[in-house]
Amino acid sequence: MRRVIRNWHSLAASLLAVAALTHLPLTLPDATGPSGHGMMIAAGIVVTTLLLQAFEASGPALRGTILFLGAHLCALALILNLAGNEGKMSAAFFILVAASWLLAWASASEFSRQEPRQKSLKAFLRLLIPAIFGAWILILWEVVTRGFGVPFILLPPPSAIGIRIAGSLAILWADVQQTIFKAVFAGYVIGCTSGFVVAILADRVDFLRRGLMPIGNLMSALPIIGVAPIMVMWFGFDWQSKAAVVTVMTFFPMLVNTVAGLSATGTMERDLMRTYASDYSQTLTKLRLPAAMPFIFNALKINSTLALIGAIVAEFFGTPIVGMGFRMSTEIGRMNVDMVWAEIATAAVAGSLFYGLIALAERAVTFWHPSSR
Amino acid sequence: MQMSKKISTATAKPYSVVSAQNLGLTFDTNDGPVHALSHVDLDIAKGDFVSFIGPSGCGKTTFLRVIADLEQPTSGTISVNGMTPEEARKARSYGYVFQAAALYPWRTIEKNIALPLEIMNYSTSERQERIARVLDLVNLSGFGKKYPWQLSGGMQQRASIARALAFDADLLLMDEPFGALDEIVRDHLNEQLLDLWSRTQKTICFVTHSIPEAVYLSTKIVVMSPRPGRVTDVIHSTLPKERPLEIRETPEFLEIAHRVREGLRAGHGYEE
Amino acid sequence: MVMRSDHFRHHALPVLTIVIAILAAWYVGAYVLNASFQRDLDRRGNVTSTPIEFLAKTMAQPKPILPAPHQVAQNLFENTFLRKVTSNRSLLYHAWVTLSSTALGFAMGTALGIAIAIGIVHVTTLDRSLMPWIIASQTVPVLAIAPMVIVVLGAINITGLLPKALISTYLSFFPVTVGMVKGLRSPDRIHLDLIRTYHAGALQTLLKLRLPASIPFLFASMKVAIAASLVGAIVAELPTGAAAGIGSKLLAGAYYSQTIDIWAALIAGSVLAALLVTLVGLAARMVDRMMGAKPEGKPA
Repeated sequence: MRRVIRNWHSLAASLLAVAALTHLPLTLPDATGPSGHGMMIAAGIVVTTLLLQAFEASGPALRGTILFLGAHLCALALILNLAGNEGKMSAAFFILVAASWLLAWASASEFSRQEPRQKSLKAFLRLLIPAIFGAWILILWEVVTRGFGVPFILLPPPSAIGIRIAGSLAILWADVQQTIFKAVFAGYVIGCTSGFVVAILADRVDFLRRGLMPIGNLMSALPIIGVAPIMVMWFGFDWQSKAAVVTVMTFFPMLVNTVAGLSATGTMERDLMRTYASDYSQTLTKLRLPAAMPFIFNALKINSTLALIGAIVAEFFGTPIVGMGFRMSTEIGRMNVDMVWAEIATAAVAGSLFYGLIALAERAVTFWHPSSR
Repeated sequence: MQMSKKISTATAKPYSVVSAQNLGLTFDTNDGPVHALSHVDLDIAKGDFVSFIGPSGCGKTTFLRVIADLEQPTSGTISVNGMTPEEARKARSYGYVFQAAALYPWRTIEKNIALPLEIMNYSTSERQERIARVLDLVNLSGFGKKYPWQLSGGMQQRASIARALAFDADLLLMDEPFGALDEIVRDHLNEQLLDLWSRTQKTICFVTHSIPEAVYLSTKIVVMSPRPGRVTDVIHSTLPKERPLEIRETPEFLEIAHRVREGLRAGHGYEE
Repeated sequence: MVMRSDHFRHHALPVLTIVIAILAAWYVGAYVLNASFQRDLDRRGNVTSTPIEFLAKTMAQPKPILPAPHQVAQNLFENTFLRKVTSNRSLLYHAWVTLSSTALGFAMGTALGIAIAIGIVHVTTLDRSLMPWIIASQTVPVLAIAPMVIVVLGAINITGLLPKALISTYLSFFPVTVGMVKGLRSPDRIHLDLIRTYHAGALQTLLKLRLPASIPFLFASMKVAIAASLVGAIVAELPTGAAAGIGSKLLAGAYYSQTIDIWAALIAGSVLAALLVTLVGLAARMVDRMMGAKPEGKPA
């Protein structure tokens, strides 16, 4: 019984595969490219389940690998049947997709049961498990949009977006340069630096701190993005106005977090510095700034997403004919949704890279903090 | 009080490291004034190992913090090395060991010990040499490159003592440094501390609430009591300077411990 | 009495000083930015004015580069109190439109966030496969594609409150998820062990220990979430399709260069944000008191 509970994913997948046999073929009668692979795929799922039973006692690594291979080979075979048959897939097709999804889910749980000692293996698993999840979002997206024939305008399938990306690399690159390398970076650097400097000033001058903090806390909660039209009026259509929006948006989170971080030291640590007759700048550089680093990095991370949003939204209020926000707003007008999605994907990748870089720097700088060690 | 004064004048050496006259400290709180210290007279001579013992709220830690210029007295006078506490602090005349190790987690043990040396502008080579010396003194050689969180609580506290020893202060102020450690580690560290004291000839002020610890370590035991915080007895230890752990079973040791306990009981007998 | 004057000196006075400084800088800015246009105007109209008159004129332009604070205040007052609430020019009306989609989005986002957090805490596979994507989801500038989502959903006849609220949901579920995962994991080992000795099931552990322990975390993240919801609602109102709401006021102001309107809408949005965050804060304090937390300011 325990064995059944432990393997319910794959057993259910096999039952589904058998059930799918009664609904074959994979395509509806009026499909243009009828497919005869249904039997083979269903067999693949059952074989995977049987293999799993054969190697039941061999540890989660092998079990996970069997499930992983079985699930994704079947999924690949299923997707290859989609081309030309949009909206013409039979129930057997969707049942088999569900069955392979169950196998993939089972493989992810097998892998997450693993606690390898080796660092490289650990890192690999940490990437693999979310990668399976991400791959299945794409697979299901593809299956749903093509399988049910969802209108292209509403949601294009990922494969179409991928083709669009590959075909418009030059345009995407120009947009990235305009929006990210110019507007986002300039605004981010100016906003974070000035927020940091004002935080140090506010820390030094108590009156300033008492006055600025309530205002800074309030401002962090406000829809600052609304200044975008004003900035475009003041600084013109080019990237400078977007950088200004980003500066205003990133300033307050940095200010508030840095001030909070600077007061995050314990009384004992501060008394210790006092017994050394340490002066303000020594206490600042040797104790309070290092202790504030987790807070400062928190602000840097928050700001990395804010900066991207600020620059793109500001482009809706007027741009030269290049930039990610510009491209999105014009292409949606022409109903070229695949291009809009290509920009979104680019923005997501750029945003994740930006965030990831800061997170890496954070791990290097705050290695000592309980949350990273 | 009268007696304590007599004793301290009788045995006072030519120059006292800490000297307090009629010292008082009152905190203003929402529930009215709290007399943390009242009419404290005390002399601590060079080379003394003085323990402050008493129940919580008796002002023993406050007194240590006054010496360290971490609190300001509201009445009376106090001098440290013949200076005001503030001057003494600015002259870096003492090392302070807190209840917790208070090591900075982003610095290795070496770097933590280097912290006061950096602040006091010691040269790099001088720093190296001192770090090696104090690490050896507290038996932590070989752990310099570790981060604090990689060491046990007892080792962390030893590192914090090394940090207090790194610059040449001949006064060591220790505020219940071993309070958070278990009995076995504590015994071990007590032994090491005595060894260190005899090798370095420092003056040590040591706050504790353990009677055996106070008796084992000290040349002089200051018994304090709360509400208001005051000194009720000053006991001079008759134990020899050489003290193996077994000394704690001798009649002499037990007699001093008994006197300390009597003093503590007299101090807050009215509470029952 | 002594306490009150202390409070004033330590809290109100510094804030007041900074606010006055900002207002002063604002006036100076208004003069500097509007002066050159006014000079042009005077030259063309062959008007010579005394410096005082000139100063007054820079503060009274109908479409200034930077409107003076009193112009914004006047606009705000007129459009809030002097218009009928149902009028298209009433800021209260627009604020209400924005508020309703904010509230709906916030409610959905909070519910979604709590549900995901409970899933993550209980299912290891979810924890390890979902958490990275939740963080990555926030690097997608959804706010930036909000107008597009509205247009696309409009194309299949999903209009009105829901599309805007969906944007707010997307923005507000994230802080709630992160906060609740932390909160649900906040009980000490010792408390978990205790409830384990009672042989409590996962559901009982959740209801009796994890959820109560996570309440402070929930409210802290709800404060962030409600502010994010409002931003989402405002940006979702930016496409020309939306006829009402603070976002559409912003866009209309930008379109017709009605700078005073833009600033008034901005201030209205800020007041709304402050009110919402305060409301959540009050709710937090009330729940805190109901759960028997010790009153503030007194040590345990």
